[in-house]
Amino acid sequence: MALLDIKNLTIEYPDRHGTFTAVKDVSLSVERGEILGIVGESGAGKSTIGNAVMGLLQAPGRIGGGEVYLDGERLDTKSYSEMRPLRGKRIGMIFQDPMTSLNPLETVESQLVETIELHLKLGDKSSKARAVELLDQVGIANAAERIKQYPHEFSGGMRQRVVIALALCAEPDLIIADEPTTALDVSIQAQILELIKSLCRDRQVGMILVTHDMGVIAETADRVAVMYRGDLVEVGTTAQITQAPTHDYTKVLISAVPPSNHRVERFTRVDYQGDGESRVKDLDLETHWLGEGNRRTAESGPILSIKDLNKVFKSRTGFLAAIGASTHAVKDVSFDVQSGETFGIVGESGSGKSTIARLITGIHRATSGSMVYDGQDLMKPARGREAMLHRRQIQMIFQDPYSSLNSRMKVGQIVAEPIFVNGLAGSRGEALEIAKDLLELVELSPDAARRYPHAFSGGQRQRISIARALASRPRFLICDEPTSALDVSIQAQILNLLKDLQARLDLTLLFISHDLPVMRQMCDRIAVMKLGEVVELAEAEAIFEAPQHNYTQQLINLMPKFEKIEAA
Amino acid sequence: MESWRRFLESDFFYSFKKSPVAIVSFVVAMVLILSAVLAPLIAPFDPFNPATLNLMNGFTQPGEPNAFTGESFFMGTDDQGRDVFSTILYGMRISLFVGFAAVFLAMILGVALGLTAAMAGGRTDTIIMRIADIQLSFPAILIAMLIFGIAKGITPPDMRNQVAIWVLILSIGLSDWVQFARVVRGAAMVERKKEYVEAATLIGRGPVIIALRHILPNIVASVLVIATISLALAIIAEATLSFLGVGAPPTQPSLGTLIRIGQGFLFSGEWWILFFPSVTLLLLALSVNLLGDWLRNTLNPNME
Amino acid sequence: MLKYILRRVGQSVVVLLVVGLVAFSMFRFVGDPVDNMLGQERTVEDIERLREALGLNDPFVVQYWNFLRDAVQGDLGVSFRQGRSVVEILIERLPATLELAFVSALFAVVFGVGLGVYTAIRPKGWLTQVILTISLVGVSLPTFLIGILLIYIFAVELGWLPSFGRGETVQIGWWSTGLLTASGLKAIILPAITLGLYQMTLIMRLVRSEMSEVLNSDYIRFARARGLPERSVNFRHAIKNTLIPVITITGLQLGSIIAFAIITETVFQWPGVGLLFIDSVNFVDIPVMAAYLMFISVMFVGINLIVDILYVIIDPRLRSEGAA
Repeated sequence: MALLDIKNLTIEYPDRHGTFTAVKDVSLSVERGEILGIVGESGAGKSTIGNAVMGLLQAPGRIGGGEVYLDGERLDTKSYSEMRPLRGKRIGMIFQDPMTSLNPLETVESQLVETIELHLKLGDKSSKARAVELLDQVGIANAAERIKQYPHEFSGGMRQRVVIALALCAEPDLIIADEPTTALDVSIQAQILELIKSLCRDRQVGMILVTHDMGVIAETADRVAVMYRGDLVEVGTTAQITQAPTHDYTKVLISAVPPSNHRVERFTRVDYQGDGESRVKDLDLETHWLGEGNRRTAESGPILSIKDLNKVFKSRTGFLAAIGASTHAVKDVSFDVQSGETFGIVGESGSGKSTIARLITGIHRATSGSMVYDGQDLMKPARGREAMLHRRQIQMIFQDPYSSLNSRMKVGQIVAEPIFVNGLAGSRGEALEIAKDLLELVELSPDAARRYPHAFSGGQRQRISIARALASRPRFLICDEPTSALDVSIQAQILNLLKDLQARLDLTLLFISHDLPVMRQMCDRIAVMKLGEVVELAEAEAIFEAPQHNYTQQLINLMPKFEKIEAA
Repeated sequence: MESWRRFLESDFFYSFKKSPVAIVSFVVAMVLILSAVLAPLIAPFDPFNPATLNLMNGFTQPGEPNAFTGESFFMGTDDQGRDVFSTILYGMRISLFVGFAAVFLAMILGVALGLTAAMAGGRTDTIIMRIADIQLSFPAILIAMLIFGIAKGITPPDMRNQVAIWVLILSIGLSDWVQFARVVRGAAMVERKKEYVEAATLIGRGPVIIALRHILPNIVASVLVIATISLALAIIAEATLSFLGVGAPPTQPSLGTLIRIGQGFLFSGEWWILFFPSVTLLLLALSVNLLGDWLRNTLNPNME
Repeated sequence: MLKYILRRVGQSVVVLLVVGLVAFSMFRFVGDPVDNMLGQERTVEDIERLREALGLNDPFVVQYWNFLRDAVQGDLGVSFRQGRSVVEILIERLPATLELAFVSALFAVVFGVGLGVYTAIRPKGWLTQVILTISLVGVSLPTFLIGILLIYIFAVELGWLPSFGRGETVQIGWWSTGLLTASGLKAIILPAITLGLYQMTLIMRLVRSEMSEVLNSDYIRFARARGLPERSVNFRHAIKNTLIPVITITGLQLGSIIAFAIITETVFQWPGVGLLFIDSVNFVDIPVMAAYLMFISVMFVGINLIVDILYVIIDPRLRSEGAA
């Protein structure tokens, strides 16, 4: 008998438009000591399954059919309070964001002890001893001292270890981990995954690992269930799913994952249920507006030179005095970007990579150093129309497709705005026509101009964002984590689009990301940043094949490796 | 037409249709506001025209004919023989005029200062928000009274009655801008950090245009919510000031003034002089408040 | 932590200075003090002598400094209307207002927090809907109408409680208390409810919305996922986190109770400082208005300081930041 047996589970969310079925007729099982990965893109219903097993579906969600058994004991018919003795005791849960899953006002000890006393019926003293032991087992040094601290005194990775310790308190048989490493940096992600794997093996705990990240699955899971819009499309061993997927959707998903071990020119284009790319509009750039401003001056050589760039943020506290801590976000950074290349900056959170983008675009002012773009000093404010227009050649694509578009403006207005603001078209009507062309160029229908951003998905919004950047006739495009908020299949489309546009428009790209496999696909040269400093700068292939700096080696080693047999 | 159809299909209108409380309070508020606006057409008497008043009609019970004149009044008459129904309609005109004008003043001031604080940041922000904080630590009604007292001290005694209404608007408006400024600043700070604002900067938009064309439309919903709730508060504040005798002058009685007058008859049995103005004030404040509450619940979760 | 509190004290001093400036400006520029004090029969020499004696010819900053110095020493001038020391009048009236404010604050906090927690824990219950509806009516009901309504029911119709005044008072030193006599206790019930009701609804709605938000947070979901009983989830994990924002606003609300007392005191003819203030506004008695303003701000600053200290006690994040 399997540890967890889910039979024909259906989960529904009734709302004003009818009933939305989040999970349709899904059957799964988990054995002791086994890690079952559930993978899928947003809206696949993968988290919902975990919540349903726990009896913690958020209102108005409900189980519409099917059965859930834990060791033969039926769970889905139990009420909220009947499930309570099982939660924590039999089934543990690990949440995505360790920053918000601990009560900030209680010490780690009191949160652990409360849970241990409840489930194991131990006395105060032995509970405390057990709590220290647990912390020690999840790899927290000085457990006896650190247990007296509050959550805010722990780093993100350490907090996730505390969360895992809390989930393990009562030695549950099953653990549901919902994107347990998504909020963490790559190096910490690897440690946490290693910890999870060894805990499952040593304690013979079954685990459901919910994630959108194929790399995490490939490294951690024994078996994989692939979900698409509420349907379970394929279940198999990890090797089978990653190397020889049978279902069309799984194939799309696998082919869209950027390989970490080699570079491909383009991502293979597989359409699944019509949500793939549409045809590309063939604009004649010789005659079209977009081609007009394209002075091709510096054909080779650096288009952007940065020397000894520094940025210190002062955090002001108090309302009279300017006392407070300062952070050195960018330290003596120097690099050149060659015309026409894709230059990558990679680093973990807090490395200062996004700050550099905002220094180049002038959103933040540099503390010291020099930045020269195509002969223009970026450290000084631009004077005169020509200088301003020159500076507008630098445009940016942002990380969050939801906040990067003004939700109160129609898409047409959003894309046309840069055109008439900078006087690049005779009239507003003309600007709007150009905007429609640009929308087609990024593979959207020109009808999109008449609608508001909320009518579009994340990937489509990112296309609108690219069209807006093109409307300034840019030559230098900064992409700040342009795909980190997108599903992997959409990510592949956007990366393809960026590559196409770069080739057709002679764009220089500054590509900023934390995602190493994506960097490998996109960049010619890469600068690796750590805590505000560039620790290594080399050709992309050199970075991956022969990293020189310790930190780079560590990053390359720890990145989740997802390698597959290339489709012939 | 197109936008009207879109409105009818919107979630906003849907949740309005689904909320009996919202519909009822909307209807009540509209009826009250319309009857105040149309008071000269609806009111059976002009309570401020001495020619139509008959002291003999004093203290007529509601709905019963007067013992001396035989005239009958739907809501009775007060001590001077004025028709209570008519005085309420005219009183509501004053209350609503002061309420709307004060909210308008507070809104203009608060939105302007809140946006400035959010966009300028640094010292400007600190100074504006410090003033707001200090003022917020005192109840609006106290600030209004202080402004009222000072204004009274500045204006010559023979002018006081004429300017009283404007002083009232000024004092309530100035006491209430803080709510707008805080909400607008908070919402604008959130918007300012969003990437579309960076994008607008990058294409060459200046801070003033960004504030007015990009940020303001995104926070209009919050302003609308605060404005509705503020209207209820302003009506209550006006009534309170007038009740305390530091608001609308006896020559232009508002609902609060009428209640102040009516309170004198509480112990002597002429209940209607107090009762009807009080109920009107309650209905007005309650319906506007319920609408504001519903707006806040409806608009806030959907505000991206 | 000490640094944090010292900084707050510093800020309080700034607030007091600003309020002092407003009060002083009122003194100095609203109406001519000389005009007010001398009456109709006066000579140019009288005026000049008085101006000199009052220091009105000194530079503005010197005058402000003198005003502050006098204020700290307990001299806030002489009432235009009563011709007595303003501080003397204030102290005479103070106990009545403070007792009223204390009793209604107690009422507001106990019922506000209790009902707020109840409605947050049972968001769908019928009692919650009833409480919420009544609370909206309560917010829409102007304080003076509540007072009149209570008087009508309990004093006029039922005749159970007095409709005005403090009842009998007992003198303890300079403090006159109504809390030690039966008639005094009876007299405070209606005014205290009137004054506290509005604050109670505000506190209740605030507690409810904060607590609902906390109950939806990840750490509460995680606490539930660990199988902790509802009692512990609600009363151990949720309440403490709810209190942090609630304490600040509640502190502000309680500070404003003293000022709100103006209305209640008028309705119930309660002989406190609020009644004094409303008279002073009516008669443009500027020194009394200014003194009242100063008094209110001292009370407010004091309450705020207590709130800040409570904050540090509850939130460990503040404690360690203060230490760093």
